[in-house]
Amino acid sequence: MSWLLAAPIILPLITAVLAYLARTRPLAGRIGVAGSVLHLAVAGVLMGVALDRGVVVAQIGSWPAPFGITLVADILSAVMVVITAITGLATAVYALADVGPRENRLGFHALLQVLLAGVSGAFVTGDLFNLYVWFEVMLIASFALLVLGGQKAQIDGAVKYVALNLVSTVLFLTGVGLLYGMTGTLNMADLAVTLRAAENPGLVTLVAMLFMVAFGMKAALFPLFFWLPASYHTPAFAVSAVFAGLLTKVGVYALIRTFTLIFTEDQPFTHTFLLWVACLTMAVGVIGAAAQADFRKILSFHIISQIGYMVLGLALMTPLALTGAVFYLVHHIIVKANLFLVSGVAQKIAGDTALDRIGGLYRTAPLLALLFLVPAFSLAGFPPLSGFWAKYVLVKASLDLGAWLVAGVALAVGLLTIYSMTKIWGEAFWKPHPEGRDPRLSALSPAARRALLGPIAALAVLTCVIGFFPQPFVALAERASAQLLDPSAYVAAVLGPEAGARFHRAPEAAAAATGAEAATGAEAAP
Amino acid sequence: MNSVILTAGTRVLVALLVLFSVFMLLRGHNEPGGGFIGGLIGATGFVIYAIACGTDAARAALRAAPETVAAAGLGIAILGALMAAITGQPFFTGQWLFLGAGEDGDKGLPLSSVLVFDVGVYLVVFGAILTLVFALEEEI
Amino acid sequence: MEPVLAVLVGLLVAAAVYLMLARSFLLYLFGLILVSNAANLVIFAAGGLTPGAPPLIETGALAPAGPVANALPQALVLTAIVIGFGLFAFALVLAFRAMTELGTIESDEMRIAEPPEAGR
Repeated sequence: MSWLLAAPIILPLITAVLAYLARTRPLAGRIGVAGSVLHLAVAGVLMGVALDRGVVVAQIGSWPAPFGITLVADILSAVMVVITAITGLATAVYALADVGPRENRLGFHALLQVLLAGVSGAFVTGDLFNLYVWFEVMLIASFALLVLGGQKAQIDGAVKYVALNLVSTVLFLTGVGLLYGMTGTLNMADLAVTLRAAENPGLVTLVAMLFMVAFGMKAALFPLFFWLPASYHTPAFAVSAVFAGLLTKVGVYALIRTFTLIFTEDQPFTHTFLLWVACLTMAVGVIGAAAQADFRKILSFHIISQIGYMVLGLALMTPLALTGAVFYLVHHIIVKANLFLVSGVAQKIAGDTALDRIGGLYRTAPLLALLFLVPAFSLAGFPPLSGFWAKYVLVKASLDLGAWLVAGVALAVGLLTIYSMTKIWGEAFWKPHPEGRDPRLSALSPAARRALLGPIAALAVLTCVIGFFPQPFVALAERASAQLLDPSAYVAAVLGPEAGARFHRAPEAAAAATGAEAATGAEAAP
Repeated sequence: MNSVILTAGTRVLVALLVLFSVFMLLRGHNEPGGGFIGGLIGATGFVIYAIACGTDAARAALRAAPETVAAAGLGIAILGALMAAITGQPFFTGQWLFLGAGEDGDKGLPLSSVLVFDVGVYLVVFGAILTLVFALEEEI
Repeated sequence: MEPVLAVLVGLLVAAAVYLMLARSFLLYLFGLILVSNAANLVIFAAGGLTPGAPPLIETGALAPAGPVANALPQALVLTAIVIGFGLFAFALVLAFRAMTELGTIESDEMRIAEPPEAGR
């Protein structure tokens, strides 16, 4: 099992090495695509095994948990790895036509694969410090990808991105240190067990808030999101697509993981706090988007508002709400990455991403218009596309709890999303081109057309599939959310069946039992 | 920089530092030391060389591009992690080979996948630092 | 030792916050270096300070003879230092590039990615 879990991390790294050694030739791009295909295959196998067994665990270097680094894939992790691989493949193909020889020579394809390795690592690790390490791998690769073009706007955006993300890193590290001081372990499953018997619950809540701020910054939650709209519209389109699809979602995943597994003791405080933050994030993001007039800037603000929905699911903490959050994650990554890819094609054939300088795409490139409409409608939540089901589940979950205000905000934000999408549609596709240009897809070479439109079409088809046949996907999200709400299977898989059974009991009994276990354990230890 | 003393001293220093860095790498097997610190020391040698004789001379002396060295180091490190596959043990498990080990606790010459990993780390650190330093030197 | 480290962490964070509130990106980075060192010290202190033997086991023995220092926080701190080192090296190069390309590293003047709206 250990090899299966390590493969989604190792494969992109090997691909990165090969692609970097071939960086002066166009071969590098093809190596990247081949590696991404393998990555997807491995992720699929992992998904199958996780579905079969529930939780897959590997102890790296044969060090038993909780002493060594544990890799764990429950259904949520497996789903996230699959979606990472899909986004990675789409981006790698798109990059064949989007990334010039200069960026290639600087190692674009290698960096992209390192980024994917970091994201996959963050999804499968079961150790808090290891999560930190994968965050940093991801961060370094994303820094480099951001400034690869060397344009002024990119450097300007990168300064803000780097500055704020480093703060988040330091906060994360401080939280890890305090948590280790309190519990003497950093294995997530072990932490879940130990913190139930924590002597000082107030301190645990404090550390939980430290993690919430650190992950909230990564996830671009209100009021910590300012780095995102400052930087996401500057890099190459393939880069901004993979950033938009994956990077903030790693923050959301980390929030979901820690606040369902580790920090669950003070839910009235932490999760209520998250609920307010989620509502504000949704509202502020969508209002910010309404004020923008650039294709990618509008999309950037929409990332923020959509993050609010996912965190809303986490904050409500009911089975249905978490189902909604997981479903939303999957739907959002596909749709958002796709919209950024579309914006790239629009820029290539119409000349810009500023909406007042482009137009006429509907008349001259109807195929692109269609490919835009699918993810755009899905993002806004039109039935029967994937976004409708995602929003429906979340709104239903909040109505079940009687949280009328929350449901109202979620619906209102959905409406405002339609406004922004209509704005892009009207400006970029509907109105005539202001300079009278005739943007046609045929302006691209056939090879470029295939590389650019192939991934967009594939992701659009995927959106439609999820939309038309949501049942299996909802069932999958339901299984993932059931595992999140009752982590005893997770704990049992990592620490052994006894720990899992103990964890399953009432919290007080479990606390007493772990206390006794800790006492005997200390005696038994040499 | 044009200083006779520095240029003359550098020739000795570079050789010493690179040798010392390899010593630190191997010493990391059982005692304080290892790939990271070794890589730093080795890089220092070439940084001094670049300061004394210019980055062009340092690049020429290095032969391979430092970025390539770093990438190759990453590859070697992964290889070290993959060696556990030989015995079918979990990923990253250290593999040991005792050359000429005797019966009475004499371990002979121990070779391990840990060392391979460390060599990878050495090259990654060495290459990454030189990439950054050369880039900065050439900009200014 | 712990109280001394706690005071030191406090001082580092205070100095770091002061630096990070500066407009210059370079001062901000210096502040970040201080605060990340404070974080490293937090890990180190939280892991428990044991004056004494390094955690090495005699040949043939299964456990160390006496009390030994906890090796894990040291490993964590070392990893964090290495990662921090890489990040700051990158950030410094970035600051340098910003200075040469944009002509400024004052955060108020860096408005290329987000141009101020007309009329303001």
